[in-house]
Amino acid sequence: MLEFEASTAFPGFDLDLKLEVAAGQCLALAGPSGAGKSTVLRIAAGLVRPDRGRVSCGGQVWYDSGRARDLAPERRRCGYVFQDYALFPHMNAWRNVAYGLREVPRRRRRALAVELLDRFEMADFADASPETLSGGERQRVALARAMGGGPEALLLDEPLSALDARTRARAARELSELLRSAEVPTLLVTHDFAEAARLGDRVAVVDGGRIVQLGSATDLASKPCSSFVADFTGAAVLTGNAGTGPLGLTSVLLDGCRAAISSTDTAQPGRVAASVYPWEITLLPETERSRGSAQNHLVAEVVSVTSLGARVRVGLDVGQPLSAEVTRVAAVELRLEPGRRVVATWKASATRIMEF
Amino acid sequence: MNGSPWFRAVLVAALAVTLLFLTLPVVAIFVDIPPADLLASLGEEGAVEALKLSLQTTVAALLIILAFGTPAAWLLATRRFRGRTVLVTLIELPLVLPPAVAGIALLAALGPGGILGGLLDSLGIRLVFETAGVVVALTFVASPFYIRQAQSAFEAIDPTLLQASRTLGAGEARTFGRIALPAARAGLLSGTALAWGRALGEFGATLVFAGSFRGITQTAPLAIVERFGSDFNSAIALSAVLVVASIVILLSAKYLSTSVGRGRDARI
Repeated sequence: MLEFEASTAFPGFDLDLKLEVAAGQCLALAGPSGAGKSTVLRIAAGLVRPDRGRVSCGGQVWYDSGRARDLAPERRRCGYVFQDYALFPHMNAWRNVAYGLREVPRRRRRALAVELLDRFEMADFADASPETLSGGERQRVALARAMGGGPEALLLDEPLSALDARTRARAARELSELLRSAEVPTLLVTHDFAEAARLGDRVAVVDGGRIVQLGSATDLASKPCSSFVADFTGAAVLTGNAGTGPLGLTSVLLDGCRAAISSTDTAQPGRVAASVYPWEITLLPETERSRGSAQNHLVAEVVSVTSLGARVRVGLDVGQPLSAEVTRVAAVELRLEPGRRVVATWKASATRIMEF
Repeated sequence: MNGSPWFRAVLVAALAVTLLFLTLPVVAIFVDIPPADLLASLGEEGAVEALKLSLQTTVAALLIILAFGTPAAWLLATRRFRGRTVLVTLIELPLVLPPAVAGIALLAALGPGGILGGLLDSLGIRLVFETAGVVVALTFVASPFYIRQAQSAFEAIDPTLLQASRTLGAGEARTFGRIALPAARAGLLSGTALAWGRALGEFGATLVFAGSFRGITQTAPLAIVERFGSDFNSAIALSAVLVVASIVILLSAKYLSTSVGRGRDARI
């Protein structure tokens, strides 16, 4: 269990934030840049000292301003993956990994480092210099290095943002496998809500140095507490299998229901995530399911109705969670309330597809 | 960006005059005397002795500068504290101090009647008119060249490299030795070269503080001045050696600060 509580003032911005992550769980801190997400990781690792606060992990107190305790970063043993990976440029891959293995006898370090690299399919690159590696390869060396010392907690700062779109899909899949098998608490920072939803067991939306809302990704998207969270949580993500649809469209057979949706994006057949912005979705009474020219029609049950001024965020169940946003006028006309069945409809061109 | 022709002519003329003025004297050293005479005067014992002394004292001074200057520069680069700017300015002072003033200042501090003169005397340490005094003078005038360069080299290191090292279980000392020094290597080497160049040419402070005694404190620049009244050829020959040394040092400083800094080298 990682417990974190800190408040500190920086020029132009202050941070006041409290959170908890259980062992084996991943909490994603999501928010715009400058929100203070990375500062949370730095404080947790001991690289920045807050004015006030308390950080503890696995029963050990790392920082306590009240008791003047401040454990040095090297004694906290955090597996930290930096945004640009921070591989040591003058060491090859295995020496980068071996750097954190000081407790291992010197003659065994190389073998263990290569073994760690092998877990990330990087054993063949053990002697390669970081600057000859691609972004995805560097990321895997950085992960191997962070996992090396048997960390007490994993701190991942935008682990995917330095990667190109194609590499990112694969890296995201590998990272989610790693997080599933990790036995320590993980804090992950990202500016991308979809990434937070994918990798975090829970998501904390951070803005202005504070947690604005904390919950499951579905909760945040369907019941945002403010218009900021509503805008930030953006696209709802549906998973399914892609295939060829009619008239050159891509068809995605959704998991958990027998319905398919269409997209103008192209995709290889196989597992995909399809996303659609809540404000692209129109809700119709269940009786009018074939009205209009939009390609996508899904029967949905209303789960929640959250009012945000003139907007209303509607949490839907289509076998998977989906969020829609309608005007208050429409919500009244449709008599939206939990349990009511409606049809969610949107254009094929509003469905964006990401390959897994 | 193409200016008018007359202005371009002015620029080119200014550069030509500058270049001529700065290089002609250096070239003249090599063409003034036939090469054979040049080599012959170098064979003379006094000349070799002066060059040897220059090499020994500058290397000794460099070792002292590296040993104290490197950690000091690291501290200045990584800490922010009150009075830091004043401290940095004090360290840079010898850069602008007239060398003769530096010599007088050293005498006032470390000479027989100086502030620390009594202490040094009771410890049996003599600096004035001794080789050790030359090393002290060289260290005094050359160290700012190294420290300034080292400080900016340390400041230029990507801070996440140092932070990554800490999270991987390395304390500050190990981070300094294993990450900061290799990462700042190019800057440290070019700072070393600059300091060496300054020490090799040192004249005024050495003359005032340590005097000019053959074989003891007479480094190559002092030997040149002594000879130039009596044995001009020998003075020219020594000068030629120093010119070559300076060029080599300058080129290596330039090379080190550009190419090696790219971190091509994968070894530790």
